[in-house]
Amino acid sequence: MLLANILSVDPILELRDVAKHYPGHAAVQGISLRIPKGGFFSLLGPSGCGKTTTLRLIAGFEEPTAGQIWLNRELVNGRRPYQRDVSTVFQSYALFPHLTVRENIEFGLKEHKIPNRAGRVDAAIALVQLAGKEGRYPAQLSGGERQRVALARSLVLEPEVLLLDEPLAALDPQLRKQMRGELKELQQRVGITFLFVTHDQEEAMSMSDAIAVMHQGKIEQVGTPEEVYLRPASRFVANFLGAVNWIDGVGLRPEITRMAREAPADGLVTRPATVTRTVFLGNCIHVTARLESGEEAVAQLGRDHGTFQAGEPVHVVWNRADEMRLS
Amino acid sequence: MSRLRFWFLVPARLWLLFLFLAPLAIVCAYSLLTRGTYGGVERPWTVESYQRLPDPLYAAILVRSVALSAAATAICLVLAFPLALFISRATRRKNLYLHLVILPFWTSFLVRTYAWMFLLRDTGLVNTALIGLGFLRHPLPLLYNDGAVLLGLVYGFLPFMVLPLYATLERLDPALLEAAADLGAKPWSVFFRVVVPLAKPGIWAGAALVFIPCLGAYLTPDLLGGGKSVMIGNLVQNQFTTARDWPFGSAVSIALMLLTLAALGLFYRRASKELL
Amino acid sequence: MSPAVTRKPGGHPRSSRTLGFYAALMYAFLHVPLLILIGFSFNASRFTLWEGFSWRWYHAVFTDADMADAAWNSAVIAVVSTLISTVVGTLAAYALWKRGSRLLSGSLYLSLVTPEIVTGISLLAFFQWAFRWLGWRLGLYTVILAHVSFSIAYVAIVVASRLRTFDPALEEAAMDLGATEWRAFWRVTLPALAPGIAAAALLALTISFDDYVITSMVAGVDSTTLPMVIYAMARRGANPSINAISALIVVAIGAVILVSERLREA
Repeated sequence: MLLANILSVDPILELRDVAKHYPGHAAVQGISLRIPKGGFFSLLGPSGCGKTTTLRLIAGFEEPTAGQIWLNRELVNGRRPYQRDVSTVFQSYALFPHLTVRENIEFGLKEHKIPNRAGRVDAAIALVQLAGKEGRYPAQLSGGERQRVALARSLVLEPEVLLLDEPLAALDPQLRKQMRGELKELQQRVGITFLFVTHDQEEAMSMSDAIAVMHQGKIEQVGTPEEVYLRPASRFVANFLGAVNWIDGVGLRPEITRMAREAPADGLVTRPATVTRTVFLGNCIHVTARLESGEEAVAQLGRDHGTFQAGEPVHVVWNRADEMRLS
Repeated sequence: MSRLRFWFLVPARLWLLFLFLAPLAIVCAYSLLTRGTYGGVERPWTVESYQRLPDPLYAAILVRSVALSAAATAICLVLAFPLALFISRATRRKNLYLHLVILPFWTSFLVRTYAWMFLLRDTGLVNTALIGLGFLRHPLPLLYNDGAVLLGLVYGFLPFMVLPLYATLERLDPALLEAAADLGAKPWSVFFRVVVPLAKPGIWAGAALVFIPCLGAYLTPDLLGGGKSVMIGNLVQNQFTTARDWPFGSAVSIALMLLTLAALGLFYRRASKELL
Repeated sequence: MSPAVTRKPGGHPRSSRTLGFYAALMYAFLHVPLLILIGFSFNASRFTLWEGFSWRWYHAVFTDADMADAAWNSAVIAVVSTLISTVVGTLAAYALWKRGSRLLSGSLYLSLVTPEIVTGISLLAFFQWAFRWLGWRLGLYTVILAHVSFSIAYVAIVVASRLRTFDPALEEAAMDLGATEWRAFWRVTLPALAPGIAAAALLALTISFDDYVITSMVAGVDSTTLPMVIYAMARRGANPSINAISALIVVAIGAVILVSERLREA
């Protein structure tokens, strides 16, 4: 899905110059966002960048100091959370401890006075593969199972947008990776728009159709994973999405930075440098070299590139097309 | 959200207005009025009641109240400290030990106070036993004096000193004591130079929880002191019933409240972490 | 913060034995007077010399009409005032948890710290003043009002401490799923608070049942309570019936407190 496509369709969720100021602290400083229907959209940024606040503004737990929030072409400013057709999956899952899995999932349907709930609840339980565990209480479930209950509880209401506040943060690393795939699959199956908040750039890139990178209350860039990684709009985005070598004001990803013993002939850019250290990472090696200007560059090389000794003179080589020129 | 909160607070606000602020305001007002011919109050407005407070008779009551409260607090501290230490070091039945301390307090203050009357009066158990065993010929006047009241106060409020002390000692890192011993300190030295200073927040919290109720005590001096050991609380009650001098009783009440608040301020600043 | 430590700095075994012995002494000091009181409730003699086991004082207590009246009054007052103060205190604690009010929190705290005699006379003065306009008299209901007044703070404290361990995200989740603020409170918060509220209610019950000072100031002619009867008997002189009724009270209240503590920790 190209960014152009994203911007051309009618957004299911739109923020116009939304700001949230607290005394002495501006959590969100006038952001505008258009989120298309049916995709997996991420808000990515370091802690304190305002992404969770943005989510809470959309959900209705806080009201913006300025700006408008439009959901499905309706203005939702001032509406309480129970009056908005969005649902939130909390970081701690917030499962009701005194209710069973089934009762938790049924909760929202009961509040909305929807009749014939049992069928929908059954479908939701099957969707997240919790069949057989409906009678259990949250305390009797594992972390991954609790997350699935939280998902089912929200999805059973078929909201316009599902908001997820770092839902994988509480899981152990292996489970986290596994859940990425499952979440993506889930979103594609139900077709509901997912708005996912995270500080983990790998997570965001692996699941999202589009990413909005946030920093200090502002949106630095919106784009597909390729766009934000390969063509970052600012130094912050470049640095946040992955490692960067900054040489002469130009940014280079380690994986397109080469080290060569002789200067290459064809139209590649090259700089002389001295190797400072080599690190073996299992599936690749990282060679660090210091240039004459004092700047350091890290090259990510395959294992077959041989060994570089510390103190060895090398050439740092790259292709002009891979440069990121930013302010 | 505010609407729900508003309605939820209505009953408490009614309580605040009618059962807390209004009564206090009336007592303040009464303290500035004159005693009525048939009891009650009437005009003119006067500060006469307050002017009577420094009278030596009442000063003596004030001094006794403060002295007994201070003494009770000090005794409770000395008695409670080792007990709190014991419980904090217990490996297994901590909860049981704590419950055994606090449970008596909650059963019935009246009954617990009467228990000492039963023991100490002239025909009480102690005297009867000592006479029966031949140690005494005539009963000792154990009841109806300052000592009995002090005993009653200590007995009544000891648990309130134990709990905060326990809470503080519980959090004491044993490594600190080991480090002190490692540096050459002997057990008594470790106790006074490491344990006691670190227990200070708990000490102040416990002191507050004992001193303040003792200051306003009524039942203990009434039952265990007879009419012989009058504290401020007894004076207030007396003025509102027998003496029927409501203005003066109100003035004494206000004075007691101010004293209580002063003590609270003093202790709160020192024990701010631990208090309630 | 230091990691969980299982070793204790007891050090010298002799010092911990002394400490244990001392602790036993202290527990004896705390409990023996009551145990003696209860023990002598079974004394056949009316004097303090033990003359054999007897139920006669319990019999006297159960056949004493005045005491039965007073006990009934105490029970009614305790139950009614507890019901009211539990509701008021719980709602107040919850509302203050959502957003504090220094005036209200401060006043609740102040009501706890105020000497009982001052609370008693202030309520008496207020009732007398108010009744001049209303033409009412002191009675059971003034005692109930007084008991409600001093119990609210206790209930609020117990419920407030329970709320401190309650995750606000649960209420947000409930609202997110379609519940209004009231429905979220009713369906999610209240069930979570239930053990704490029950513990607070039992606490208020025992405090009310045992109160003498405040009750004696605001009770009317027909509203004598059990503590008032016991007090009068205690003033009059030695009477083993007091031992019997005391024993009954201690056991009853003790049981209630134990249940309350269990609920608090639930």
